[in-house]
Amino acid sequence: MDLESLLPTLLGLAWLLPLASFAVILFAGPRLGDHGKGAAGVATAAIVGSFVLSLMAFISWVAQHPVHAVAHDDHGGAHASADGSHGSPASHDSASSHDSHGSESAHRTVDEGAGHAGPPVSYSGDWYTLYEGGRLRLTIGWYVDALTVLMFVMITFIATCIHVYASGYMHDELHDITDHEVHLADGSHLHRPGRFHRFFQALSLFCFSMLGIVIAGNLAMVFIFWELVGICSWFLIGFYYERKSASNAANKAFIVNRIGDFGMLIGLMALWGALGTLHFADSTGLDGQARPGLFSLVRPPVAGHAQWVPDGMVKFAAAEKVGAVLRSYPQDPRAGVEQVEAKVEDWRDEGYGRWLLLVAGLGIFCGCIGKSAQFPLFVWLPDAMEGPTPVSALVHSATMVAAGVYLVGRFYPVLTPDALLVIAYVGAITLLIAASIALVANDIKRVLAYSTVSQLGYMMLALGVGGWLAGLFHLVTHAFFKSLLFLCSGSVIHACHTNDMRKMGGLAKVMPWTSGTMLVGCLAIIGAGVPFLDIGLSGYYSKDSILAQALLFARENPSHSILFYAVAGGAMLTAFYMFRLWFMTFAGQPRDHHVHEHAHESPPVMTYPLVALSVLAVVAGWTLPGGFGIANLIDQARPAGTGGTELGGLLFRAFTVPAEHASHAHDIHVTASLTAFATAASGVLLAAAMYVWRVIPPAVVATAAKPLYTFLANRWYFDEIYRFLFVLPVLGISRLVSATDTGVIDKFIEGLAWGAKQVAGFDAWLDRTLIDGLVNGTANATWHAGLELKKLQTGQLRQYVMFIALGTVAIFILAGLLLHSSFAG
Amino acid sequence: MMGLVLATASVASLAPCLATIPLFAVNPFTEPVGVVHYLIVGAVLFTAGIACMTLKRNALGILMGIELVLNGANINFVAFASPYLRAEGAPTLGLDGQVVALFVILLAAAEAAVALAITLNFYNNHATVDVDRADDLKG
Repeated sequence: MDLESLLPTLLGLAWLLPLASFAVILFAGPRLGDHGKGAAGVATAAIVGSFVLSLMAFISWVAQHPVHAVAHDDHGGAHASADGSHGSPASHDSASSHDSHGSESAHRTVDEGAGHAGPPVSYSGDWYTLYEGGRLRLTIGWYVDALTVLMFVMITFIATCIHVYASGYMHDELHDITDHEVHLADGSHLHRPGRFHRFFQALSLFCFSMLGIVIAGNLAMVFIFWELVGICSWFLIGFYYERKSASNAANKAFIVNRIGDFGMLIGLMALWGALGTLHFADSTGLDGQARPGLFSLVRPPVAGHAQWVPDGMVKFAAAEKVGAVLRSYPQDPRAGVEQVEAKVEDWRDEGYGRWLLLVAGLGIFCGCIGKSAQFPLFVWLPDAMEGPTPVSALVHSATMVAAGVYLVGRFYPVLTPDALLVIAYVGAITLLIAASIALVANDIKRVLAYSTVSQLGYMMLALGVGGWLAGLFHLVTHAFFKSLLFLCSGSVIHACHTNDMRKMGGLAKVMPWTSGTMLVGCLAIIGAGVPFLDIGLSGYYSKDSILAQALLFARENPSHSILFYAVAGGAMLTAFYMFRLWFMTFAGQPRDHHVHEHAHESPPVMTYPLVALSVLAVVAGWTLPGGFGIANLIDQARPAGTGGTELGGLLFRAFTVPAEHASHAHDIHVTASLTAFATAASGVLLAAAMYVWRVIPPAVVATAAKPLYTFLANRWYFDEIYRFLFVLPVLGISRLVSATDTGVIDKFIEGLAWGAKQVAGFDAWLDRTLIDGLVNGTANATWHAGLELKKLQTGQLRQYVMFIALGTVAIFILAGLLLHSSFAG
Repeated sequence: MMGLVLATASVASLAPCLATIPLFAVNPFTEPVGVVHYLIVGAVLFTAGIACMTLKRNALGILMGIELVLNGANINFVAFASPYLRAEGAPTLGLDGQVVALFVILLAAAEAAVALAITLNFYNNHATVDVDRADDLKG
């Protein structure tokens, strides 16, 4: 089988396996082994199967498209070069429109030239067309490129580790549980049956949904799975739903995400309304008509894949002019349409539709703000830590929250430079706010949660300043080390039964595996490495490339150099709070002996995943001598035409988004590396000085900068501000509406009911007296007549005979008298 | 006996009235014996029977009264079968009245059997044949 049919087969199966596991656990959950213990086996088997299939897809991809180091030349002319220079351009392969899945159409876009301007190697097609009619075409399709394959491997690998880990971590749920955090009305604690199988059920559904986002061939599908991961997140955050805090956190996450998704819907509508398609890639409809996808509409091959405003958007924005032209040809509509087509170029040059494209991009980004917990919608993620720790590791650090970054990366060709700058600033604000809050948080999971928010800010910033590769590279490396860090923290919590770092300390001796792997994770996240030898942990490479791109951006646009300082400052803060966490937890003397005595190393089922992840946290960023590495693999998927320099200036004063390859220039690279090293080292040293050597006691710092400390400890008062600005007004309006409902509408309806009741009462009275009276009266009269008549029946036989005789005589006499005249005649 | 007196008296007292009716405008006492005389006998028998039914308390007496009524009717049938009353040339044997009288006799016998059975039963239950005691179906 060639890749075109192999990839959708393998990845489609990998995608559907967790769904099968979900269905099995849904219907047979509690009956799977003792207390549903087998559910873990089913879910783990499914995700391992997915991992194996993804790995097969990965290997076959790499075999077909060898990963080379990217050559950095001839990009300047990329825009000028048209189709001809791209070897075998875009072989729209309609002949192979059937594969093992019976897919209705399949496209393969190949560019062997490996120039950045050309389209990346990608395969796309539709498994099933839900509906096709007019411009409306809804399909279940796939879009597979190097990024998709890599994401599949990453997600399924981390999910496998976490499934294994969770089958140990969640063992409490195998029995009846007394939840000490839930106080019932009678003062006792909640006692409930375990929910082991339900955890794995939700986890399986989540894996299915997450893989669905990655493989989706169009934005409609992305949106569906986007919402599905949202609901899975809701299930999993609210896993201990009897706890008020957990159910609140679940609702908060869901509602905050809806706000972002509203923006996403606007973006979808802008694209749909103006362009009539949500497909990423070109496709062929059931009617055999070629339908260009979003990518080729926004960056058409005829323009050398440079971004322009698509015809649809131009006409949409210039609707008045289109109408005027059409009206001027009342007798010949076809000529009018031709005239419109001829004028589209002029209107495009006049700038029509530029805003629409910006709105589309920012709308989609709104969804990413919600899902990836960016400013100002980041408040849900720290609260989401109410879920079990494996969930925090999988859903709320490694995969789901990264979906927003992934979507920005996938949608990158459509984003205008101005949208990118907005993204960069949102990322910068997010990363600084989150990192500053993480400095003072004492809950081990919350530190990691804010660290996640901050790292997501890094990725967004990287994407925003033109570092497409840097952002997605960091997404992958971050997924590995952040899931590792979360699982380590879970191991610590499992041992100490508390989240509070102030009760920990000196755990390194008790938990050698956990502390060791967590140290690896911390070193990876701060980007530890040797600058000049260019050797380091995975975070070193990805963070350096972000720094380099931010530095390049700052040099090109001095007025935006704050973005670079945000990245550099964020790096230092990251180093500080991560090592503060590690020192407080593992180093020094035990702070709480009670906790320390009960602490123990976790069982192997939990430590093995830690080791596996820590290995990847080290090596994920490496590029082998032949050029094989994740960075170069991702670069194979670089969207057509996005490697070059772009000019912006619709929202902001004119600026340039520099080409990413330029950040590999020696001086920028060295400066970035040194900055990264210096900031990270200073952060680590500061943390060591405060928490290990005690040169600067933390309490002194806290009192010296009391207002700042309080401000940070209260998380910049975001929750309070949102409560004041949004929650309270909404509650107030709700109360008003509720009062109107009960006071006015209910009263009105009650009045109507009262009136109806009165009418009915009168009706009943009428029925009883008049109608029933008539019927009963008739019956009574008959009854009494009968009673009277019965007196005639004396039973005296002779009397009867007398009656007969006299009656006969009387009739004769009567007849004689009456008929007298006739007889007389 | 009393019935006979009553019947004679009633016929005698009714005679002037009946005389106004053309049918009875003849004086039976001065006429040769004809149909009218037969009818008078029938009427007397009938009236005697009715009187007997009405006045006797003994169930058997009442049954006898019934027989009288039926025989009164029989005499009428036979009387109306007189050849003098027959239309000329009518296709008949001239025995219609006699045949009906025979049917009536037959039916009277049947009726008597049933009536006697009822009476016997009544006697078995009430140890009497006084019809005034037979008022169980009184309303």
